[in-house]
Amino acid sequence: MSSLTVTDEQVSATPAKVIQPAWVRVMHWINALAMILMILSGWQIYNASPLFGFSFPRDYTLGGWLGGGLLWHFAAMWLLMINGLAYLVTGFATGRFRKKLLPITPSGVLHDVRAALTFKLGHADLTVYNYVQRTLYAGIILVGVIIVLSGLGMWKPVQLHWLVSLFGDYPTARYIHFFCMAAICAFLVIHVLLALLVPKSLRAMIIGR
Amino acid sequence: MAKRSFLIPGVDKRLLIKDSIKTMPEVSRRRFIAGGASLGALTLLTGCDVIDSSSAEEMLKSVSKFNDAVQAFIFNPDALAPTFPESAITKPFPFNAYYDLDDAPDVDGADWKLEVRGLVDNKKSWALPELYKLPQVTQITRHICVEGWSAIGSWTGTPMRDFLKLIGADTRAKYVWFQCADKDGYNSPLDMRTALHPQTQMTFKYAGDILPRAYGFPMKIRVPTKLGFKNPKYVVSMEVTNDYKGGYWEDQGYNSFSGS
Repeated sequence: MSSLTVTDEQVSATPAKVIQPAWVRVMHWINALAMILMILSGWQIYNASPLFGFSFPRDYTLGGWLGGGLLWHFAAMWLLMINGLAYLVTGFATGRFRKKLLPITPSGVLHDVRAALTFKLGHADLTVYNYVQRTLYAGIILVGVIIVLSGLGMWKPVQLHWLVSLFGDYPTARYIHFFCMAAICAFLVIHVLLALLVPKSLRAMIIGR
Repeated sequence: MAKRSFLIPGVDKRLLIKDSIKTMPEVSRRRFIAGGASLGALTLLTGCDVIDSSSAEEMLKSVSKFNDAVQAFIFNPDALAPTFPESAITKPFPFNAYYDLDDAPDVDGADWKLEVRGLVDNKKSWALPELYKLPQVTQITRHICVEGWSAIGSWTGTPMRDFLKLIGADTRAKYVWFQCADKDGYNSPLDMRTALHPQTQMTFKYAGDILPRAYGFPMKIRVPTKLGFKNPKYVVSMEVTNDYKGGYWEDQGYNSFSGS
């Protein structure tokens, strides 16, 4: 791909340039903490009335019982929502989303997925996201928005009944909330795995370069 | 009124609640902190022991109080819970309690009287036939449990706000506090705005028939804008009050507003 040459030039021209600005790093790690708190307390809440024929292991739940899980969930939600909202606003306002996540073309995604699966996907320039990254990052932002909206609907199904109707009805919103959690967990596994495979990406998310 | 079994005899419940969580009954504390192992999982992740259980508990309690205030602020008393057609009713409507149906209060309707206390002009007690004579309405709404499940049911009874008007209640008071016939003294406070909500109901019938024992005979408070645990069954008395008197589940850590 022609972008590979551009990429190499960028790297050699500005070797020490900031890959992840400070606001991205701060919000990323706050979000990571908030997500983990929300997932572990969410599993506790799930266990009180499982949607499927399984429960989450007690050791991986937060709060000790339903009441404790709910307290954690409704405390961490502020962290998740305020941080998430700030991230969305800054992402759009600075043009980061447009610059980093767009365009996403089907041919680009196909090409990079194939390259990734055959371990031929380059990571020379971390400032440019490949199509796999763009798809996953844009996708997980969307999932994040949906999980918050379905969660808000379940928290306030009367005040926000229009939000619940958007998802169908209350039980459907609950299923959607669950599947978004599953998607986030799957993302988390892939995301952490890939960050460990390309450690300099992890370094960039900690010290910026 | 029967005291909750885990309360220390002779100790004023209000004082108990005013005290910090440390003086709370052992049962609820144990349930709350029992997640030591799971908190450990978080400690592993963060690499430090920031989440020692008592300070975390205090922090969570204050966030929950903050959430109470936020919810009360955004609660629009004119927002009506969605209503459903009869075809949407969940059959059978689940019985749910922290005890089996066999252990549910078995109230004798002939002896039962609704006791009215607190900031009201007329403190007379109400027998069932008197209450049955009050104008009733039917509404089909979704009951949402704190556990996450929900079910649609049909409830018939007298709007709470009509009854509060009838007994000359001071509707500037903060709460209506309900006590129930459960042997360990189930109770729950309802904020006045919610008590005055047009759909909040003193329920005497389920699906057109006299409220069966499973659903709270002789009287249930149906509050479609609140989670199920704030819809007390087997109600024996109500008190209009400015004091927060706690509740069976609220004292154990469920968010007190819990409004939907």
